[in-house]
Amino acid sequence: MRSPRRRLTALTSVAAGMTLTLTACGGGSIAEETEANEERAAEFGDCGDINMAINPWVGYEASAYVVGHVAEETLGCKVTYKDLKEDVAWQGFGTGDVDVVIEDWGHPDLEKKFFAEQGDGSAMDGGPNGNVGVIGWYVPPWLAEEHPEVLDWENLNDFAEEFATSETGDKGQFLGADPSYVQFDEAIISNLGLDFEVVFSGSEAASITAFQQAEKNKEFLIGYFYEPQWLFAELPLAKVALPPFEEGCQDDPAEVDCDYPETVLKKILSTSWVEEGGPGVELVQNFEWTNEDQNQVAKYISEDGMSPEDAAALWVEENPDKVEAWLPQ
Amino acid sequence: MTIMSERVEETAVDEREPALSVRNLWKIFGPRADKIIGTPDADLPRAELKRKTGCVAGVKDVSFDVAPGEVFVVMGLSGSGKSTLVRCLTRLIEPTAGTIRMDGVDVTTASEAELRDLRRKQVSMVFQHFGLLPHRQVIDNVAYGLEIRGVGKKERRAKAAEIVSLVGLDGFEHSYPDQLSGGMQQRVGLARALAGDPDILLFDEPFSALDPLIRRDMQNEVIRLHRELGKTMVFITHDLQEALKLGDRILIMRDGEIVQIGAPDEVVGAPADDYVRDFVSEVPRSHVLTLKWVMRAPRPDDSMDGPVMSCDTIVRQAAKAALASEHPVRVVDSQERVIGIVDDDAILRVVVAEEDHA
Amino acid sequence: MSTLAPPRPGAARPDKSPPVEVKRWVPSSRWAWALGVVVLWVVIWALTKGNDTLALAGRERTGVHDALAEFRDSVIASRADNPLIQLTYEIGSWFTSVVDWLQRMVSVENFPRPVPEIGWLGVTAVAVWIGLAVAGWRIALLVAASFLSFGIFGYWSDAVDLLIVTFVAVAIAVLVGMPLAVLMGTGNRAVNAVMTTILDVFQTIPTFVFLAPIALFFGIGASGAVVATLLYALPPIIRVAGHGIRTVSATTIEATDSAGQTRWQRLTKVQLPMARKTIVVGLNQTTLAALSMATIAAFVDGPGLGQPVLDFLKTVNVGGAFVPGALIVVIAVMLDRTTTAASEYGERAARGGVDRKRRRIMLAVAGVPVLVCLYLSRTYSWAAEFGDSTWGPRLADAVNEFFGWFTDTFRDLTQGFKDAISTVLLNPLESLLAESPWWLAAGALLLLAFVLGGFRAAVPTLVCVAGLLYFGLWNHAMITLTMTLVGTVLVMALALVFGVWMARSPKVDLALRPLLDAGQTIPPFVYLIPVLALFGPTRFTAIVAGVVYAAPVAIKLVADGVKAVSPTTLEATRSTGSTTWQEVTKVQLPMARGSLVLAANQGLLYVLAMAVIGGLVGAGGLGYDVVLGFARSEEWGFGAAAGLSIVLLGIMVDRIARGAAQKTSR
Ligand SMILES: Nc1ncnc2c1ncn2[C@@H]1O[C@H](COP(=O)(O)OP(=O)(O)O)[C@@H](O)[C@H]1O
Ligand SMILES: [Mg+2]
Repeated sequence: MRSPRRRLTALTSVAAGMTLTLTACGGGSIAEETEANEERAAEFGDCGDINMAINPWVGYEASAYVVGHVAEETLGCKVTYKDLKEDVAWQGFGTGDVDVVIEDWGHPDLEKKFFAEQGDGSAMDGGPNGNVGVIGWYVPPWLAEEHPEVLDWENLNDFAEEFATSETGDKGQFLGADPSYVQFDEAIISNLGLDFEVVFSGSEAASITAFQQAEKNKEFLIGYFYEPQWLFAELPLAKVALPPFEEGCQDDPAEVDCDYPETVLKKILSTSWVEEGGPGVELVQNFEWTNEDQNQVAKYISEDGMSPEDAAALWVEENPDKVEAWLPQ
Repeated sequence: MTIMSERVEETAVDEREPALSVRNLWKIFGPRADKIIGTPDADLPRAELKRKTGCVAGVKDVSFDVAPGEVFVVMGLSGSGKSTLVRCLTRLIEPTAGTIRMDGVDVTTASEAELRDLRRKQVSMVFQHFGLLPHRQVIDNVAYGLEIRGVGKKERRAKAAEIVSLVGLDGFEHSYPDQLSGGMQQRVGLARALAGDPDILLFDEPFSALDPLIRRDMQNEVIRLHRELGKTMVFITHDLQEALKLGDRILIMRDGEIVQIGAPDEVVGAPADDYVRDFVSEVPRSHVLTLKWVMRAPRPDDSMDGPVMSCDTIVRQAAKAALASEHPVRVVDSQERVIGIVDDDAILRVVVAEEDHA
Repeated sequence: MSTLAPPRPGAARPDKSPPVEVKRWVPSSRWAWALGVVVLWVVIWALTKGNDTLALAGRERTGVHDALAEFRDSVIASRADNPLIQLTYEIGSWFTSVVDWLQRMVSVENFPRPVPEIGWLGVTAVAVWIGLAVAGWRIALLVAASFLSFGIFGYWSDAVDLLIVTFVAVAIAVLVGMPLAVLMGTGNRAVNAVMTTILDVFQTIPTFVFLAPIALFFGIGASGAVVATLLYALPPIIRVAGHGIRTVSATTIEATDSAGQTRWQRLTKVQLPMARKTIVVGLNQTTLAALSMATIAAFVDGPGLGQPVLDFLKTVNVGGAFVPGALIVVIAVMLDRTTTAASEYGERAARGGVDRKRRRIMLAVAGVPVLVCLYLSRTYSWAAEFGDSTWGPRLADAVNEFFGWFTDTFRDLTQGFKDAISTVLLNPLESLLAESPWWLAAGALLLLAFVLGGFRAAVPTLVCVAGLLYFGLWNHAMITLTMTLVGTVLVMALALVFGVWMARSPKVDLALRPLLDAGQTIPPFVYLIPVLALFGPTRFTAIVAGVVYAAPVAIKLVADGVKAVSPTTLEATRSTGSTTWQEVTKVQLPMARGSLVLAANQGLLYVLAMAVIGGLVGAGGLGYDVVLGFARSEEWGFGAAAGLSIVLLGIMVDRIARGAAQKTSR
């Protein structure tokens, strides 16, 4: 047994030694930074809070953090990011948990519940954010190159067997997507008389992995996908031409036999937050950018591995005039 | 049966009130057991009752009294209902019917608070598997009864220390039960029962789980404590030797029913039926029987010069003197009246019969 | 969706007394009957295949689904003036403020301070000191290493956030759970049966089903996270502590009752202290269950390590998700070892194995550097904020590289394996279950339940089958059942091989245990991508995910069961000169049968618990339905029905397995 006294002395001297060395080496003082923060807060005045929902995809994140960055750094707002799926985010408008959904791909059911026309009016349409969603059937690049015929739906049946997997037997497999997206593929397949069967990937990550592996291993794969999406920077999927969209051809889900329409992505805002007003509200309402802009930031995040904050900051720095246009007058 | 009723009458005439009095006690396990008593079903043998109603008769119509300071032993084979009986006495098992009085208190109708009070102050129990609290030191196990009564820590520890030393556990106060041997653990059990200074001690086969040598020590311990403290004891065992050694009187049970109640020599000398006879057949009779059981009426031709002995003298103790004397022993009762004669033949019959058995 | 049901004490217990003779496995008439039922089923199936399968086309919904959704809508519509919601919201905001306050103290900046009140150095020092105080210096070292790893790998605040949420949820779980455990431990059989069923439901219902409602009732963020975690972490402590209280030695209870104790005294002085060890086990299980909710809680913006895991999933960055995932394992191991050691240490201290005075002095002296660290961490940035380190990204890159290599090398093999299992096992079984007319499959399941487990299995099965039909997802339920059964077969194969191996070789045991612990606690989201890369978005991927999650439990149970086989029996067999193979197959496995049954039962429930994860990787079935319900508001009723169907499936197979085990052990 070691003597307790020895151990005590040892501990005390370690403690004393640590205090000395650590105090000596100093470093940034927290007190100074605190003061600076206080001054900055006083300078900006009250911009208010922005509770920004972050829906789980990179493009969304890009838009949200760019807006958030400008609000924080230029206007001095306090921005809180909240990782939420769409449904939960919309529920949050009524409780003050969420103020902004920056990129919405269309949720008629939620609009019915939360817009003023039919629902409780806790949410409102914030106008388009400038991005346009292109939904459709995609194949990996190698396939488009080696068998350009597959890019026309009329030839798909010739390849059905190649597309078959353990899940579909002798039918071709069509990879359905994350259930967050409204999909009519089962109807399209049957109405166009295609010899395919839908297997739902169930998540965006699963779809992306499937396309990545298909490209790497030169395997046949066709599935539901969409732009803008960071994956296109790494893997430019090719879109398969379906019978073009015409007004009304998707009204009856069972009768759909045409391509998906282009989707104008929009902002959804908390009504009470908008009513309160302020520079933050104006900024969000003014915000609009292009698919290329978003893809740029998304690439910073996904390919270059930057944090969303850093990616947004970089883009804002590179595009001062675009940002200028969003600022409140 | 006849012996039993005779006995009950006898104690009933005892002027002191019994310490414990049990009348027509029933315990039937199973659904709607109370509906069975009083119907013909109640008289069915256990197995048949079980088959017919699904109920098990643990205790069937048992009555007895225990005098203050008496050691009353209940004996029977495993499954005969001993544990059930003794648990009914403090309503650890709720009796189905019958009355129990303890020091004048009617246990069967006692409210929950009264019952708790009774258990705290009047009766304590020692269990076969000790039932100690593994997370407490010996001293705190012993003090448990005092603790739940609300006795202060200092006082109860002092009292417990006294008792610990009374049962010979000095130096083990601060050990934990799992650090003690079985015998020592049961000493703790004993101490715990004594700590509350109860009037009645109940023992449910306390030494059955112990090695033979330790068991003997513990039996002697109980005898010593009984001598020193003079408590009333109800002692359950399946071991006849133990019963004979400790008991002032013995109740023999079979299938929940009383077969015989009597002093040790009565049980050995006049077994009520084959069940009891079988039980006692292996007993060294000379160690148990008194001269009362081997004497014969004096005949005119008997020599009246032999030694005089009390009728309660155990045969073995009398043997040496009896055999040494040329004259038969004269047996006298408590009033010094000669009530019989014991000759060498009588003594030898008892002793030799044992040899044959062995 | 880690539904981590802890092994249920008493669900099926291994035979205690080793039989003197080695029992031969004689197929009883029961199994012959069961085989008969299956044969009959196959014959009728061949004739009727494809009719009345109750498959729903596309996104078809039934009235029940719409009714569920309508109910949800009416709750949402009434939320402004629904007193219940006001109350729960009040509770939720209370949770939020507690968590928020703790966060500002130790993990996020407390504006206008650029850092929390107490920085990493101070928090680590205090944690180490606590470790030292409750469990000794070894644990203190473990705590130090764990806390430093949070910072070194770049997830200081997320890790501390997770600890905060876990702490709050577990504290409430104990407050709420212990009274219920007492009720369960002291209540009669009816109380027990009811509570067990409720707990079963809580533990099998997929969290995604009630995530949105929780957010509705309690709010988003810390409050929703605490409540979701709490609901899931509550059952283990109730179950295990209740079991502990119930199994306190009856003699001791009787002995102390005979001393005239009140009920309260019995509880506080006898039952609770004597059940202490089991209660600590329950607490441990509860803590682990709480941690397994980390990623799920992140879906409602719950603070913690789940957030970075989900973030990296967006860019399918396996290595990136691995680092925070591994830190969850670090936390789990740290808390597990600490509570266990603290319980032992406490006992030792109570028994005088620890010199109290010396200990007090030592703690006081150790307090000095802690105070210094606290001061430093409040004053200097370097002691408050962990500097940037490249360890995290470097580890992530290494993991990515490894998985890249692994996938490239083994993908052909794994694809072949997947195709083989799909053709040989999965497709035929799915065809039998899902393509049978519903009346055939239902009838066959009922008959099997009756033949194997008697009425005790058949009655719950009848209720569950009726429920499945009511919820209108019969076909998907059969598809999920198929995957669950195939997964269980694979789990048991692994459990037999590794369990026996571990039981026979202490070295293997020592090496595998930590891996199994990790497999049980690492969020499935971390390994989904590699599994997807190897097997594609298929049913088999879902099965593999379920197997990864369920195998550790089953392996441990089998290992412990085989280890518990009496050495005397084993010695006796050896003395007759049997080979190792004979020893294993004729003695160890038959004698550990109870554990095997329990392992299969638990394995099955664990695989089923991963059904929702399966839905995320292309498996379809009920899992996909639940994901769909969570993703699209209009499909919530559909998702809820699917979630309830999973519960019914779980209860059904559990009761059949238990019934069969009970009959077998008789
Ligand atoms: N709780 C119970 N429920 C049903 N039967 C019981 C119960 N306790 C005891 N018995 C039955 O009552 C009979 C007497 O048991 P017991 O009093 O323990 O006998 P002993 O102590 O003489 O061995 C036995 O047949 C036993 O099976
Ligand atoms: Mg007994």
